[in-house]
Amino acid sequence: MAADVRLMKTAAELALADAFAAVKSTLPGDAAVAAQRTAAFETFASVGLPHRRVESWRYTDLRALLREAPPLASAAGPEALARSLAACPMLAGMEARRIYVVNGAFVSDISDLANLEPGVSISSLATALGAADPLVAHLGQTVASSDAALALNTAFMGDGVVIALAEGATLSRPLHLVFVTTEATATAAYTRSLLVMGKGASAQVIESHEGPAGAAYQVNTALEVVVGEGASLERVKITAEGNDALHISTLLARVADGAKLANANFTLGGAIIRNQLLVQLAGEGIDASLSGVSLLAGKQHSDTLLAVEHIAPNCQSREQFRTVVDDTARDIFQGRISVRQSAQKTDARMMSRALLLSDTAESDNKPELEIFADDVQCGHGCTTGSLDQQLKFYMMSRGIPEKEAEALLIQAFVGEVIDAIGHEGVRAALTDATRNWLIERK
Amino acid sequence: MTPLLEIRDLHAEIAGGRKIINGMNLTINPGEVHAIMGPNGAGKSTLSYVLSGKPGYEITGGEVIFRGVNLQELSPDERAAQGLFLCFQYPLEIPGVSNMAFLHTAANSQRKKRGEPELTSPELVRKVRELGKQLGIDTDMLKRPVNVGFSGGEKKRNETLQMMLLEPYLSILDEADSGLDIDALKVVSNGVNAMRSPERSMLVITHYQRLLDYIVPDVVHVFAAGRIVHTGGKELALELEATGYAQYQNEAA
Amino acid sequence: MAAVQETVEQVRSIDVDQYKYGFETQIESEKAPKGLSEEVIRFISAKKEEPEWMLDLRLDAYRRWLSMSEPTWARVDFPQIDFQDLYYYSAPKKFKAPKSLDEVDPEILKTYEKLGIPLREQEILAGVEVPEGERPRIAVDAVFDSVSVATTFKEELKAAGVIFMPISEALREHPDLVKKYLGSVVPVTDNFYATLNSAVFSDGSFVYIPPGVRCPMELSTYFRINEKNTGQFERTLIIADKGSYVSYLEGCTAPQRDENQLHAAVVELVVLDDAEIKYSTVQNWYPGDSEGKGGIYNFVTKRGDCRGKNSKISWTQVETGSAITWKYPSCVLRGEGSSGEFYSIAISNGRQQVDSGTKMIHLGKNTTSRIISKGISAGRSNNTYRGLVSAHRKAEGARNFTNCDSLLIGNACGAHTVPYIEAKNPKAQFEHEATTSKISEDMLFYCMQRGLSQEDAVALVVNGFVRDVLQQLPMEFAVEAQKLISISLEGSVG
Repeated sequence: MAADVRLMKTAAELALADAFAAVKSTLPGDAAVAAQRTAAFETFASVGLPHRRVESWRYTDLRALLREAPPLASAAGPEALARSLAACPMLAGMEARRIYVVNGAFVSDISDLANLEPGVSISSLATALGAADPLVAHLGQTVASSDAALALNTAFMGDGVVIALAEGATLSRPLHLVFVTTEATATAAYTRSLLVMGKGASAQVIESHEGPAGAAYQVNTALEVVVGEGASLERVKITAEGNDALHISTLLARVADGAKLANANFTLGGAIIRNQLLVQLAGEGIDASLSGVSLLAGKQHSDTLLAVEHIAPNCQSREQFRTVVDDTARDIFQGRISVRQSAQKTDARMMSRALLLSDTAESDNKPELEIFADDVQCGHGCTTGSLDQQLKFYMMSRGIPEKEAEALLIQAFVGEVIDAIGHEGVRAALTDATRNWLIERK
Repeated sequence: MTPLLEIRDLHAEIAGGRKIINGMNLTINPGEVHAIMGPNGAGKSTLSYVLSGKPGYEITGGEVIFRGVNLQELSPDERAAQGLFLCFQYPLEIPGVSNMAFLHTAANSQRKKRGEPELTSPELVRKVRELGKQLGIDTDMLKRPVNVGFSGGEKKRNETLQMMLLEPYLSILDEADSGLDIDALKVVSNGVNAMRSPERSMLVITHYQRLLDYIVPDVVHVFAAGRIVHTGGKELALELEATGYAQYQNEAA
Repeated sequence: MAAVQETVEQVRSIDVDQYKYGFETQIESEKAPKGLSEEVIRFISAKKEEPEWMLDLRLDAYRRWLSMSEPTWARVDFPQIDFQDLYYYSAPKKFKAPKSLDEVDPEILKTYEKLGIPLREQEILAGVEVPEGERPRIAVDAVFDSVSVATTFKEELKAAGVIFMPISEALREHPDLVKKYLGSVVPVTDNFYATLNSAVFSDGSFVYIPPGVRCPMELSTYFRINEKNTGQFERTLIIADKGSYVSYLEGCTAPQRDENQLHAAVVELVVLDDAEIKYSTVQNWYPGDSEGKGGIYNFVTKRGDCRGKNSKISWTQVETGSAITWKYPSCVLRGEGSSGEFYSIAISNGRQQVDSGTKMIHLGKNTTSRIISKGISAGRSNNTYRGLVSAHRKAEGARNFTNCDSLLIGNACGAHTVPYIEAKNPKAQFEHEATTSKISEDMLFYCMQRGLSQEDAVALVVNGFVRDVLQQLPMEFAVEAQKLISISLEGSVG
């Protein structure tokens, strides 16, 4: 049955098609890139916006949630740029190299590009595409995916950050990619970034996303990462979009022999948030950690899709996800560990836990194992429930007020993930952010 | 007298090429209790695995003759049927398999291999319960899955029970006292001592002298860098307790 | 150790060489014309002398089925089935419902004897006190292709008020009961195969346990597909009225054939206040040969509705057969305090494909469920656990515990776990854990050091692995399961 061919296209799908036709000739890149864009849009057009019959989107019906396709965001004015400098206050005190992407455009004027460490280059994607930089050959080549939201990103990608670390290069301080939306009207921004790490390179990268409250803007962002042999990457992504925003993010990471990858997602803000993490452990002896914390309230809807693929032998992966859901918010976690026949001696463990704080909060959890190699140790666990009433009572009997007891328990719950973050400053900032979230909680 | 166990110029390594046993010689006669002492990492546990035939431990030179048979040619279960018993330092847990069923299967597998009549269920149950009584293992523990949820002491008692039931010619006790309190240590040692007889021998592998107060050896060897570097009587153990292994480590190097 | 040995054999090669039930009974049969049409459905309904409403239900299902498509979400792969190339009704010729076993064709009695189900011997035991320690009595409904050929112990059950008869007979004798409950758990349009079943089902068992009655013996249905190119579509309906209890067993085998055969059954359970149904299956349909030729496509919808307060359903399954298994025995936990259990052992080998699991749907307050699934994959097979645990808004205090373990034997097979855990109530507490591993080498060495051969050691560890589930089977059925995965060590010692 050709069930995918639908006669009716939604208004948003039609608007996206119109928008692509209108802007494709103005988007950066040579003929090859243009062809890539067209192919990606065709992929999107053949299936449309993901809906609940698409297994990986079964809990987030984008066809119903994405009603409009707003115009592409335009460049920010001087006043907006000045405001952008104050973005991500939770990391304000932290020593970092800050790179700004405002309204979907890399802004070199306010970015810290001076005195780059040896072997390190940072540039804008638009520039790299325009100059046919050889690095852009990595685009779309890290991890294969036919995801429709990613296809939209490929079709529309306007700008982003291109980072390369040569063999042995090390960042002396964390790199903070600050993504900001400044416009108060509904806009759309499609950013695509690239991080290519040579043999033995090492980096800490923080990515933050934010924008104004009350604006129904849309962000579709993607990062492709190549972690070279023996390289080490710690990435923390903070999603703190405005309360009406729709945020879709895709991480595509390909990891080589003996490398180390630690990725943590911290999700606070946004109306609809979708984080896709597609990770391929392509070399032997990799140590990978994928983790996440979501703090959701109001009507927030957060969906994390994780697919870790073990391809080579002797790799270890740890997946740890914690989510706290209040009010009528909904959290979704779909995690899959796949172990190919070639990936003997894989050691993979995934744990996802949801804490529901209100009668109307919701949690959907789908931890999946797909195993084709016999000499493996794989497992997953998952729990859903409310706060442990006995623990709460115990704390209250020692004189701790109820609200505080709850806060302590919640902090301990998410602390299991936050405490594992390597960078001390980030760890402290996320701990504080959790505390603030708890204070603001009614 | 024909020796029970004869190790001649044994060389062995762990799969992957790490050489652990390096030209070892040892002769154990029937009825003797030998202790092997040595610093951590000297290869003492490896020796027990090589003798019992654990996959991944390879003999690369020399030979081991046990009751007239070259052990290298035998699989682990055939060695067990020959009467070689390893009391594990860390006994394995086997979920879902009751202790009693395990003992029954083990005892009769060995008997079958030796061409002896198999034990009937009532015979075995009676025997196991008697041994259990001696070792302070209650019926409930016998019904539970093998070692699952057992304390360190319970596991060691269970190992001792298996040994007493299977009546091996040579028992290798690998750090038999690790994880034991004094009471459990006494129970286990009493069990081991009860097994001593003119035709049965023991190889006691231990880091500390403490165990040898309870299981008194005839011969004590110092094992360092993969071979025996010094041999003496039971007083050697006390000496080692006082002086440590440093001098022998130098000797081995 | 014979049983252990058998386990090893079984695990190694559940294929044509090992399949003991692959013989064919030579018997003349009467069939409906090949293919599916309204005429064929009318033919089946007329053969069964069904009431008008039943024919209407069938025709309604058929019309709906025409517009449906096969589900594609399971991890199974097989060529398109030509539904017009099947016979939908096949019965031994000259068949008429027998009044006693004397009227049953001796060939058929022989068949069941060969399968280890001596109907006559059982019947002789009717009314006789069973001495302690002897085999307990079991009432059997024997279904041969499309018809029930014999039901034992009918009279004795009747005296206890229990109704146990072929569903075709129940449609005539207890039409009101059947009408009230049929399709009330698995609606006509539930899914492609269930809808097909509603249109063409031929026979199956009907059980009604009146209020307060504890069924005096185990009830059992034994399914046998004999005829070529014939689909088997049986329908089972069990109702446990308030405060009653029944344990029901289901077994199945089929001859070895090169073609694939379709089995699309529907089982509905209804449990009222304080009642309990324990439903056990040993599924041993022909699995095809080691190259994947032949074998049964087992596409089954099984669902129980815990309608009453404190009602309980327990599903236990031992799945070793079928080329493809697509089966999710489920519980709708509607009544307050009701509980559901799912215990499963699924062994796949050769080219078998298993996609099986359960759904625990918590609707009522303080409902509990427990899922224990043990999958063993060998050969070139794929074995998937797929399950749903959900708590709806009102399911305050719902509890679930799930444990799915998979064991891989060999490096050409796959083991997969696909659980869905959906909570809409904060006071629902769900715990899920799953592991996949191969048999621990250290564990094997430990066993071998104690004298077990490698094969015995593997068997012992496998036995331990599935023990939690095997213990759930009724004693009598455990024997049959032991023959299949043989875990008899427990019984051999006090």
